[in-house]
Amino acid sequence: MELFNHLIFGFNVAFSLQNLLYCFTGVLVGTLIGVLPGIGPLATIAMLLPLTFNVPPIAAMIMLAGIYYGAMYGGSTTSILVNLPGETAAVVTCIDGYQMARQGRAGAALAIAAIGSFFAGTVCTLLIALFAPPLGEFALKFSSAEYFSLMLMGLVAAAVLSHGNMVKSLAMVVVGLLFGIVGADVNSGIKRFAFGFYELADGIGVVTIAVGVFAVGEILSNLSDPEERQVFTSKVTNLFPTKDDLKRSFGAIVRGTGVGAFFGVLPGTTPAIASFSSYMVEKKLARDPSRFGHGAIEGVAGPESANNADSQCKFIPMLTLGIPASGTMALMLGALMIYGIAPGPQVMTEKPDLFWGLIASMWIGNVMLVVLNLPLIGMWVSLLKLPYRLLFPAIMAFSAIGIYSVNNSSFDIYLTAIFGVFGIVWRMLDCSPVPMMLGFVLGPMVEENLRRTLQVSRGDPSVFFTRPISLAFIVATVLILIVMAAPAVRKWWGAAGASSREGVAE
Amino acid sequence: MKIELRNNKDFWAGLMLIVIGAAAMFIARGYPFGSAMRMGPGYFPSMLGGILALFGIYVLIMGLRRGEKITLHCSARALIVLPLSLVAFGLLMNHAGFLPAMVVLIFGSACAGQDFKFVEVLLLTVILTGLSVAVFIWGLGLPYPLIKGF
Repeated sequence: MELFNHLIFGFNVAFSLQNLLYCFTGVLVGTLIGVLPGIGPLATIAMLLPLTFNVPPIAAMIMLAGIYYGAMYGGSTTSILVNLPGETAAVVTCIDGYQMARQGRAGAALAIAAIGSFFAGTVCTLLIALFAPPLGEFALKFSSAEYFSLMLMGLVAAAVLSHGNMVKSLAMVVVGLLFGIVGADVNSGIKRFAFGFYELADGIGVVTIAVGVFAVGEILSNLSDPEERQVFTSKVTNLFPTKDDLKRSFGAIVRGTGVGAFFGVLPGTTPAIASFSSYMVEKKLARDPSRFGHGAIEGVAGPESANNADSQCKFIPMLTLGIPASGTMALMLGALMIYGIAPGPQVMTEKPDLFWGLIASMWIGNVMLVVLNLPLIGMWVSLLKLPYRLLFPAIMAFSAIGIYSVNNSSFDIYLTAIFGVFGIVWRMLDCSPVPMMLGFVLGPMVEENLRRTLQVSRGDPSVFFTRPISLAFIVATVLILIVMAAPAVRKWWGAAGASSREGVAE
Repeated sequence: MKIELRNNKDFWAGLMLIVIGAAAMFIARGYPFGSAMRMGPGYFPSMLGGILALFGIYVLIMGLRRGEKITLHCSARALIVLPLSLVAFGLLMNHAGFLPAMVVLIFGSACAGQDFKFVEVLLLTVILTGLSVAVFIWGLGLPYPLIKGF
């Protein structure tokens, strides 16, 4: 029963007082920003990352992960109560969740969302524990050729599965790769694209670029269209769902978890896709689809399970292969590197406490979320009355302090300002910054693996096609491209994207 | 049919990609190129720059054919004020200390918003500055002087 040994080991790590405290802080902050529209997990993690440098990596990763799945959870609360999705993933929950609230069944909706999220979290913890070790072992056999092809597949998939124009997303990956290789070249020591600034010798900081594009850029884009925010709070009376609610929801929760886990391991998909797909599945399967949109509890149960499953399963490729499947995961990968841990399959064997502790902490975090959220709903909702004009200067202040503290240098602040402008320009031109972020983090590794492969093969690129695993990745990459370029698929995918509304980065 | 370029989303996107790609290729010419077997520091960036420029040309042509317009607009005020307050923060951190840097950053960013209420912003500045001094300087012990001489 290796699985249980691993998990018990993980729980031992996660149950230390310090780790519990960081987990709690993480889910609390996560819920907070999940509730608040206009700031997403990516920007928050980027902002808080510099503050974790003095903390042991395991505690830091536990906290950052807590922010991520906590935000997914917090987003549902406001969707149900005030029809205002705090996160993009919770947009779908608004449809039936808010209707339920208007019918006086807010309590049941909140409880089902909590139960669904918790179920999904538990299943995904088990899934990670089950599939991560064999996947990691498999990946340990990879040489540089396989790694290059795998990263190629990850980047291409992330670009074409993200919403918006396929070609532009692919181009943004390349932009990211270019930003990623700024700084001293490992082989020759030549400083590339440094423009004479010694501060750029070590490259652009992952925090700098993430805060610039996702925090500052986001603020700039939010300030361009001022939204009127009105809060009508429904009273939460009875938290207990009826027997009928539970019966209806059970299937939806199980299916939602499945849908979420499936989309979770795909690169480039956002939790919004998972929850949207789950909603469609439930509507298709329902005996009476007309109930949907009028407070069908399956429409809350399915999507809420799906987005939680998705966000947790996103950790599988990140932890086992070192391939980020979303912008937030790219940032977490960058965090690992800052802590001096080389990402990849060896993390599991060399840092088992980090790996298993993190996984166990996610389950603990899910328990905390259930316990934390239901009693505190009133507080979360009152936070919504905080107008954005007071919120964004605070985001700016914390971002600036965080960035400055990385190197104690004003240079990073100026870079952040520049990337903030890039961030808004890219949004205006519909060039998604998320693929850029993935390319940025993987840039140096892509170059290194390409270099090493071609050195061994004496400059012959056919090696990528003659090694079977590498070939499989290349074939998969081409297949993804062909399938996603098909007009019918494009259209369906576009509809899913439109419903998940652009804006807050995942 | 005449297509307006000023507001053409993909025209500008393509142009931006071409400029970044071409600049990368141009700058990378200064680095040893090497060969596929022994890649120099210029090899990978030149390759990326080339690919990017090609993508850019495709996007630009797409823009000329479809003529989709830019829908998201950024208020010029925010676009100028927000980056400027960051720059001011950077300068003041180096020369004047943490307190003035924070005050200018918070007050400055608040000015980027649409509805600006002086008293409210003043209060916000005081509270946030006090909070960050308490949390970051006293709490976390970041080694920045609150005020320093010029």
